[in-house]
Amino acid sequence: MITLTINGLEVQVEEGTTILQAAKKIGIDIPTFCHDPRLVPHGSCRICVVEVEGARNLQASCTTPAAQGMKVTTESDVVVESRKGVLDLILANHPLDCLTCQKAGRCTLQDLCYRYDIKESSFEGERKEYEIDDSNPFYYSDQSKCILCGKCVYVCSQLQGTEAIGFAERGFTTHIATPFDKGLEHSTCVSCGNCVAVCPVGALVPKSKTKFRYWETKPVRTTCSYCGVGCQMDLLVKDNKIVEVLPADGPSNHGLLCVKGRFAYNFVGHPDRLKTPLIRKDGELVEASWDEAYDLIVSKVNEIKGEFGPDAIAGFSSARGLNEENYLMQKLMRGVIGTNNIDHCARL
Amino acid sequence: MTNSIGDVKKADVIFLTGSNTTENHPVMGAQIRQAVKNGTKLIVADPREIPLVRDAELFLQIKPGTSVALSNAMINVILEEGLENKEYIENNTEGFDQLKEVVAKYTPEAAAEICGVAAEDIRKAARLYGGAGVASILYCMGITQHHNGTENVMSLSNLALVTGNLGKEGSGVNPLRGQNNVQGACDMGALPNVFTGYQAVNNEAVIKKFEAAWEVELSNKPGKTVPEAIHAVEADEVKMLYIFGENPMVSDPDQHHVETALKKAFLVVQDIFLTETAELADVVLPAASYAEKDGTFSNTERRVQRVRKAVDAPGVAKPDWVIIMELMNRLGYNKVYNNIEEIHDEIRQVTPQYAGISYKRIESNGIQWPCPNEEHPGTPTLHVGKPSRGLGLFKPVEYVMSEELVSEEFPVIMTTGRILYHYHTRSMTNKTEGINKIAPDNFMEISGSLAESLDIADGEVVRVHSRRGHVEVAARVTDTIEDNVVFMPFHWADGANVLTNGDVLDKLSKTPGLKVTGVRIEKIS
Ligand code: SF4
Ligand code: SF4
Ligand code: SF4
Ligand code: FES
Repeated sequence: MITLTINGLEVQVEEGTTILQAAKKIGIDIPTFCHDPRLVPHGSCRICVVEVEGARNLQASCTTPAAQGMKVTTESDVVVESRKGVLDLILANHPLDCLTCQKAGRCTLQDLCYRYDIKESSFEGERKEYEIDDSNPFYYSDQSKCILCGKCVYVCSQLQGTEAIGFAERGFTTHIATPFDKGLEHSTCVSCGNCVAVCPVGALVPKSKTKFRYWETKPVRTTCSYCGVGCQMDLLVKDNKIVEVLPADGPSNHGLLCVKGRFAYNFVGHPDRLKTPLIRKDGELVEASWDEAYDLIVSKVNEIKGEFGPDAIAGFSSARGLNEENYLMQKLMRGVIGTNNIDHCARL
Repeated sequence: MTNSIGDVKKADVIFLTGSNTTENHPVMGAQIRQAVKNGTKLIVADPREIPLVRDAELFLQIKPGTSVALSNAMINVILEEGLENKEYIENNTEGFDQLKEVVAKYTPEAAAEICGVAAEDIRKAARLYGGAGVASILYCMGITQHHNGTENVMSLSNLALVTGNLGKEGSGVNPLRGQNNVQGACDMGALPNVFTGYQAVNNEAVIKKFEAAWEVELSNKPGKTVPEAIHAVEADEVKMLYIFGENPMVSDPDQHHVETALKKAFLVVQDIFLTETAELADVVLPAASYAEKDGTFSNTERRVQRVRKAVDAPGVAKPDWVIIMELMNRLGYNKVYNNIEEIHDEIRQVTPQYAGISYKRIESNGIQWPCPNEEHPGTPTLHVGKPSRGLGLFKPVEYVMSEELVSEEFPVIMTTGRILYHYHTRSMTNKTEGINKIAPDNFMEISGSLAESLDIADGEVVRVHSRRGHVEVAARVTDTIEDNVVFMPFHWADGANVLTNGDVLDKLSKTPGLKVTGVRIEKIS
């Protein structure tokens, strides 16, 4: 264990811990753009710099290991000046359309400009102009907003393992693109949206059917209803409607999702959903009340049970249902109807 | 799974067979890729060149249904070259001599003939797997959905036992569970022969226990599986089917046959959409979706995790548990649950594996069963130390060719599966525009040379026949599949499951042999 002080507070951490991690441990917030604990550290944005006593330069806290006796200051004047400089440079070629930008409220750049009082850039920078790539059905890429933090590229290659996107060109025109700038539609992208989830700005944004602001939504942590990996995710809800799904850091998914979990949630509020019980009358399914439906089922169960015994009734439970519902279904068949004719499609 | 999902990163070698992981369990597929980047070696054995072949050290493009021959030959090589774990076999297993005898005739050359791969590749696979410190086997429906699915699984578990790759972090024999809560449905006793926690219905003590807990009388006669129940309707033995959240009209083999049965029975269907199955029902009950109710799912690594209500159900739809409870009550069983947690607490009382898993404990992170009490942290790896049945029993198995394969009339093998963009019978995924844009229609993968020999162009609609019927489908010409094999996803109605065989079931698991269907392909014009 190593002991260091951050902003005058002592903290003990294991060898190899970065300053950023040590600060987090005692609740000190250091801003980051390019850092993600799941990625190989690449330290490119310099927004996370801190002052380390005795060091000649400011240190990037996301890559600098904590050392015994180190004295760190995270918001000193020089640090703040340096961060302002980083933001100033980014803003020099960033479109300031926060009023209509979908990312507002979840944008690290916006948050940090507010935190450090940056209204506009002091540079008369040339603006980047790129055509928006909206060829993917689920998200679009607006490279005029990209701050080149690299997270999307590394998430796609290191975590998702697809390697669909990379850095294209050099210098001022560096941007994130698919090979040969052919567009997402013609790439190996599998629409997992894991790059979109880590983009700190409005460069990678989900295509949204509903207009909403992030601050109007309420996140509900739940488990994906598609495959057996059981990814954890947050359903963002506005006005009784799911407007987006974000990956959460669950034990089986570590902040990743696939296209189904991330984007295929439209079925929940879909107009085709069944809204009332239906009963077949003269060959047609017609709307009915719960009482009518229940009464019909109950009379049939009793009739069939009476005439042929309980084994003439079979139930199929559901691999999509909750544990509690599967439990109750087999209890109904076994305990109430009196047969072990209960199964589900485990084999299919 | 006997292991945890994250364990793939702890294995030196992963033997992946019958699972197209990056499409069917995508986030697990991503973790396999992370492992490979980290130095784990991947062996893939599959009839199709699945996306993970890109990451594999070795790819064996085996003919569908030949897994037993491959595993036996790998064991043959392992024994031949002394790669077995003698100490483990000595201390933990039974029946090794019989196994040795059976695998003796599965030389790499003999198996190469059956599987359609090079003998040398079988040797390489055996050396990689057998030589690894920590090796894991991952498999899915490509192993189980065969007339001899159970034997396929046994042959894989023999392979693991011979090398002692069981009951350790990172090494085990791991079936990936397809749908989100197959694991939970099995755990909860939605099976004809067991109550919750796999407690057998033909065990008197178990019956007594549940009779006391539920205050009812119970039958000790094992019930019917889904395919058996469908046959029983045709045979006039079953008169009523109550189907909750399933769509057998699309998911089950031999659709025409299923349709006849569903029309004949008094049919109750409880679902969130008017599925192909619900359309045939006498009563349809509208249910809440997963986002409209609280509860738990158990994932493929046996982790019980929370599901939470985010929005209200449409119309007068109700959560399935409420519907089932109200039916129970009207049928004269008066137990009332005020909320779903009360059901969960009842589950804990009658299910030793779930006893320690309270809602409070899984508020932020799920727990893996078995978890016998509230102090227990849960169990990431099963069978630690020893296989749970005491000694690991070798069950030597022989390769038996599927009857579907020996036919001149239907000379091509059709295999089925899922694709990344759809889920099961599409009733949920086809409501998303982007999904329909990427994967709008059914298709059939066919190799370039087979297509050429039948004069079929890429995208051309062809007619595919089997003993059960025929369908029309667009051909997708690809070099990722072998010449006498075609692949069709089963997501679409009037597709693959019109052709598949519902009669030939695995003797033990009663799983239909969906992965091997003899077909004939006909050019239409
Ligand atoms: S959506 Fe997924 S696959 Fe596509 S570029 Fe992003 S991370 Fe890569
Ligand atoms: S697109 Fe977003 S995540 Fe990717 S480099 Fe640019 S700012 Fe970073
Ligand atoms: S997000 Fe994808 S991988 Fe994760 S549970 Fe859902 S379907 Fe499975
Ligand atoms: S967050 Fe540390 S350098 Fe970018």
